[in-house]
Amino acid sequence: MSDPGTGEQLLRTAHQLIVENDDIANTLELPRLASRLDVIREICRHLAPYQAGERPIVGATVIAKDLTIDSLAIMDMVMELEDSFDVSIPMNVVAEIHTVDQLADTILDLRAKR
Amino acid sequence: MGLFDRHAGLLEAYRDVRTTGADPFQIRMERVLSPTEAIINGRKTLLVGTNNYFGLTFDPSCMEAAIEAIRAEGTGTTGSRIANGSYSEHVLLEEEIAAFYGKKHCMVFTTGYQANLGVISTLVGQGDHLLIDADSHASIYDACKMTQAEVVRFKHNDPSSLESRLRRLGDKSGNRLVILEGIYSMLGDSAPLREFVDVCKKYGAYVLVDEAHSLGALGETGRGLCESAGVLDDCHFIVGTFSKTLGAIGGYCVSNDPDFDILRVTVRSYMFTASLPPSIVASVRQALRVVQARPELRKQLWDNVATLYDGLAAQGFKLGPEHGPVVGVHLPDRMLAIGFWRAMLDAGIYVNVAVPPATPNGVSLLRCSVCAAHTPEQLQHMIEVMTGIGRQLGVLSGAPKLRVVAGSR
Ligand SMILES: Cc1ncc(COP(=O)(O)O)c(C=O)c1O
Repeated sequence: MSDPGTGEQLLRTAHQLIVENDDIANTLELPRLASRLDVIREICRHLAPYQAGERPIVGATVIAKDLTIDSLAIMDMVMELEDSFDVSIPMNVVAEIHTVDQLADTILDLRAKR
Repeated sequence: MGLFDRHAGLLEAYRDVRTTGADPFQIRMERVLSPTEAIINGRKTLLVGTNNYFGLTFDPSCMEAAIEAIRAEGTGTTGSRIANGSYSEHVLLEEEIAAFYGKKHCMVFTTGYQANLGVISTLVGQGDHLLIDADSHASIYDACKMTQAEVVRFKHNDPSSLESRLRRLGDKSGNRLVILEGIYSMLGDSAPLREFVDVCKKYGAYVLVDEAHSLGALGETGRGLCESAGVLDDCHFIVGTFSKTLGAIGGYCVSNDPDFDILRVTVRSYMFTASLPPSIVASVRQALRVVQARPELRKQLWDNVATLYDGLAAQGFKLGPEHGPVVGVHLPDRMLAIGFWRAMLDAGIYVNVAVPPATPNGVSLLRCSVCAAHTPEQLQHMIEVMTGIGRQLGVLSGAPKLRVVAGSR
């Protein structure tokens, strides 16, 4: 539980906690320390099915261009990420996001502002 | 870069569709014979994809009203509601719709698309928060592009997903407006409206419900999901269309908000387009009377829904989650959906085909819409034809399976 850098386990837990969004879930906070790596990992997990060929998905991957994902699926993925990290990303903000890095930074920024 | 380069992907997909035969997006109704039949490709075709839920397009009383109005007031108004295009009949229609819902105010638009576009984008602005169901109609998505409000989507028909988004707004300033639909146009499922309304109340959010596909179909007197869920008073804005159950064209929005009328001089899709022609206003006024005077049409519609839905389900088709005037048949992919659609048309049955990106979750659908005027024989015939094609195309396994059918009215 102590190393946010390898927070795979933490993240899974958080995922389950937020599913039922009753008041209990609200008091049990998400991993307070979602590291950048956690966020990137979670994004990559969502994007894996859309990988084009052998090219790995990295921070600089341009989501709508380098992958086989369409704009509706991007919005659906964002909805999942919103719940994983307990932030809301307005659609106009999503429209300005191009890369995995930008998406991760947006999520971290919004978390910091909570 | 050429003007059309950005559409390269779509052009390619569209070319694919066209090379395999008739183009589902360029079907010509050579002659419409009745609410349930038309001549297409030179032959009589059964229509099961026209949103004509009560079959009122050929209602003699509505047709007569329209014809009389043309004789009396001409073919068009040639102007907008804020200029020369407000006739006494527009105002009467607004009063009648408001009375139908028991609301104080009503505005009539030239289409339902324009009603959503204008009302939603004007109700919220900079600093406000607009929360929309992920499966919302294009007119709602387009409204989102026209407002300065922050727009967030929540999971389709999931009140807890809406709640987490409202909760996250915390004590941020700005109004919250939540957009829902009575019956969703692709799969025919309806919103858990009471639960949604409870969440909205808890967080002080305004509710707008688009009853495009539920007007007439739902509720004791046909007022839609707001009525059947018992939350008419809790829905701040109800939007609808004249282009489906009422058999014409046009849109409306009703509300009890005392300042509602300010929208008449702020909503651009109301102000800067010509008003409905007298014939349409007349037929819609009559259609609204028919909806109220003939509740048996609602019963016929739902009987027909049960026949089609249960019949297709029993054959093993994968359908939308519940009975509804729209019956969405899931098919594995786009090409199969288009192939199936074309085989249906060759067999003399017209339905809609819906493929990504117009569908939620990338599904490919044959979208059927049921009409009160369909006969049981027509629907049985359709089930037989679909089953035959489904088997040929390998969508159905050989032996018909019985399946528990979910949902009811
Ligand atoms: C949910 C929904 N809202 C609005 C509309 C727009 O209706 P209209 O045909 O009046 O523009 C439609 C019709 O396509 C719809 O399905």
